[in-house]
Amino acid sequence: MTFSVRKEPNSVVVVAVDGQLIVGNRQELKQKILDSLDAGDRKFLIDFTRTGYIDSSGLGVLVSLSKKIRDQGGDLRLAGLNEDLKTLFELTKLDTLFAISDGTAEALAAF
Amino acid sequence: MRPALSADVRSCERTAEGIEAELRLSVPSDVVFVEEAVDLVARHLETSFVDRRTIRFNVRVALTEALANAILYGNAQDATKGVSVRVLFGRHTAQIEVTDEGGGFDYRIVPDPVLPFARMRPRGRGLFLIRKLVDEVRFNATGNSICMILRRD
Repeated sequence: MTFSVRKEPNSVVVVAVDGQLIVGNRQELKQKILDSLDAGDRKFLIDFTRTGYIDSSGLGVLVSLSKKIRDQGGDLRLAGLNEDLKTLFELTKLDTLFAISDGTAEALAAF
Repeated sequence: MRPALSADVRSCERTAEGIEAELRLSVPSDVVFVEEAVDLVARHLETSFVDRRTIRFNVRVALTEALANAILYGNAQDATKGVSVRVLFGRHTAQIEVTDEGGGFDYRIVPDPVLPFARMRPRGRGLFLIRKLVDEVRFNATGNSICMILRRD
């Protein structure tokens, strides 16, 4: 499981989750985004296209990051969720908290 | 490098509930072992249980939650304590039991995480997700052992 970070020309920081986002690695994702927020970045997209599964710790980190980013005047969007992952967000009603796009291109255009 | 986990798997005579094998696994009280433990159990179940999609996603998430709860809250990450996983399974059923060495908790008074005021909380969704992802959940009287049950025709 790895997180790759790239910056798009429109200043959106894209973090791709390759593998799982779970209790064992959630702090790594959190720290990467908080470091980027501290460095002045404000627009974030988390790409789940290559993600297997997410647990409640992973969902919790997304909730926490969403609040921190919003408090700094920023914007967090999610993209690339497969049907199973979408179901997790729907079950927990977190689909009402996050801006979720089908693909990364659509999400990037929405910033 | 940390040692790899290994499961003890034995076949048994098919029971009335459709159980044909038993898997046992010990997991140290450190969350770095969770993904490997989940993968090990899921790979064994995938060779037997008819509904592979449920193993690939529902079981992986539910078992991750149960192990995380056992390690973080049950055993409080105490390295001297372990988590035991016992899985009874066959083509049409799987019973996944996760037991920690803690004092247990009262599973009847877990707040509902989908209420509007609770949605912004970073914690409290684990048991809720388990209940949504498997067919039945049972606890022992102490509250330190959860059994997640799947059934398919």
